[in-house]
Amino acid sequence: MELFLHQVLAGLATGGIYACMALAVVMIYQAIDHLNFAQGEMAMFSTFIAWQLIQWGFPYWVAFVLTIGISFIAGVLIERIVLRPLHGQHVLAHVVAFIALLSIFNSTAGFIWDWTIKSFASPFGSGQLFGQNLISPHDAGMMGVTIVMLVLLYLFFRHTRVGLSMRAAAANPESAQLAGIRVGWMTALGWGMAAAIGSVAGMLIAPVVFLEPNMMLSILLYGFAGAVVGGLTSPGGAVLGGFAVGVIENLAGTYIPVVGREMKLSIALCIIVAVLCVKPSGLFGRPVVTRV
Amino acid sequence: MLVRPETREPPVYAVGGIPLAQWRLILLGLGLVVACVVPFALKNFYIFQITLAIIYAIAILGLNLLTGFNGQFSLGHSAFYAIGAYTAAIMMENLGINYVWTLPAAAVVCFVFGFLFGLPALRLEGIYLALATFALAIAIPQALKSTVVEHWTGGVQGIVIIKPDAPFGLPLNSDQWLYVLTVVVAIVMYVCAANLVQSRTGRALIAIRDHPVAASAMGINVSLYKSLTFGVSALYTGVAGALGAIAIAFVAPDSFTFVLAVALFVGLVVGGVASIPGTLVGGLFVLFVPNIAESVSKGLAGAVYGVILLLVIYLMPSGAAGLARLVTAKLMQRR
Repeated sequence: MELFLHQVLAGLATGGIYACMALAVVMIYQAIDHLNFAQGEMAMFSTFIAWQLIQWGFPYWVAFVLTIGISFIAGVLIERIVLRPLHGQHVLAHVVAFIALLSIFNSTAGFIWDWTIKSFASPFGSGQLFGQNLISPHDAGMMGVTIVMLVLLYLFFRHTRVGLSMRAAAANPESAQLAGIRVGWMTALGWGMAAAIGSVAGMLIAPVVFLEPNMMLSILLYGFAGAVVGGLTSPGGAVLGGFAVGVIENLAGTYIPVVGREMKLSIALCIIVAVLCVKPSGLFGRPVVTRV
Repeated sequence: MLVRPETREPPVYAVGGIPLAQWRLILLGLGLVVACVVPFALKNFYIFQITLAIIYAIAILGLNLLTGFNGQFSLGHSAFYAIGAYTAAIMMENLGINYVWTLPAAAVVCFVFGFLFGLPALRLEGIYLALATFALAIAIPQALKSTVVEHWTGGVQGIVIIKPDAPFGLPLNSDQWLYVLTVVVAIVMYVCAANLVQSRTGRALIAIRDHPVAASAMGINVSLYKSLTFGVSALYTGVAGALGAIAIAFVAPDSFTFVLAVALFVGLVVGGVASIPGTLVGGLFVLFVPNIAESVSKGLAGAVYGVILLLVIYLMPSGAAGLARLVTAKLMQRR
């Protein structure tokens, strides 16, 4: 029983990482109606910026806020400069642009900051929480920040004018435009926000997995899995999904002998396929209804 | 008063006085001549590279049947490529079967596997399907490394195959022979694909892509056709994988990561969605552009590749085939 409890808590801790990433994935899905495959690399790049700022002597929280700001602006610029010319093109062209971005960020980060792994400071300190070894302060802090972010996003989307405009622009661009919403800028804003959330996720994840240009590849897949389990239309569902994926992954690795360590990623595949087969719109997502 | 129907000559689409259909034949003939010259005019290494480009083109053709003609996304075709490659390698090394027989075997295995994966994929659309297939691409290299199948797949080490020599005492070295074999297989598969797309079945596939509800209202069995397309698409990619394994003479799990799946997808879009000749351009792009990027800058190779990719997408958002259509249209207007 103790082993079980321990594994569940460890799963929740890694699940926190996935939940962060799933939240960022869902955010951009809400804003642009596509999944951004470069999301993980953008988060990684932001984390490197934070690392650089800390190296230059900025205090942690100043670097934290500065990184969020820089990522937001960079996200908006990427939308304006890179994706604007592809407006109205086939979805596949967009996906190729995402792949190009992924390749550019990955390679540039390796070029500037080297491919060696770096340690990244945790703002929550190390040691024990509640005098027990069950869960580290950083894990707890990570879950806390994820939940705060979720609440802020909820308030933003439900109770502000800009949030409403963004939802309208994503749901029905033409009608939104006729109602006087600047759809192009709403999309850019969505990119900026997704980049900012991604940077927070990256900075929270980096102390656990260490900082290096390839750190996000597998995490992004788990993030996708979490987002799909919870439903791509529901930020809260995505966070829950992320935690669920973390716990399932850990328990399967412990209790199913064949799975072991190296097959853990395949668990993400099984989760994605299983959930999608039973409930194509995710556990908490709204089914998509289209007019014929 | 009766309005007489306007009688007009049917328009003849022509460029430079030659009808388009004849242009097509001329280009096809030229392509065949080039294909025949290649093995005798180039060094072995280039022959090998062109062989690989054609193999990628076959794999992209498989992906195009699924994505371009049937409208189902896949970011996981590296999985089928890997299954084809491993089928060939295991048959040749563990069972000692002649390499020629590995191609049909890979075709059958991949068709079955693709058809079975196509069944759950029926419930998924667009981005969800892309995700599920992406997960498949990530899972396959891990599954190949797992201890359960290590006896067969050789684990992380992979399997080394012996490159076959030319049969019947033909005066060709093994690179030239593999080129010839690949070209022959490619021609057969391209002809089959072209016929499939133009047939009644092909029209059903396109109808499903354009409007699934209308297609099913017209009596097309959407589920069956979609899973079958998944199977046929996997078959093409699997045969390409088997050819690739024979040509490279080595298979290992890390050659079939999602990077390969992404490369095939990029080749599809660059060549042109729903264009059969475009897949050849895609194959060349997949093989040569990463090398070009590396020669520009070693440290920033990935960034250069990304920039090239973005430029290509800006300049021809509907791929090489789209560009070709545009140029033909311009030339016809000038007449």
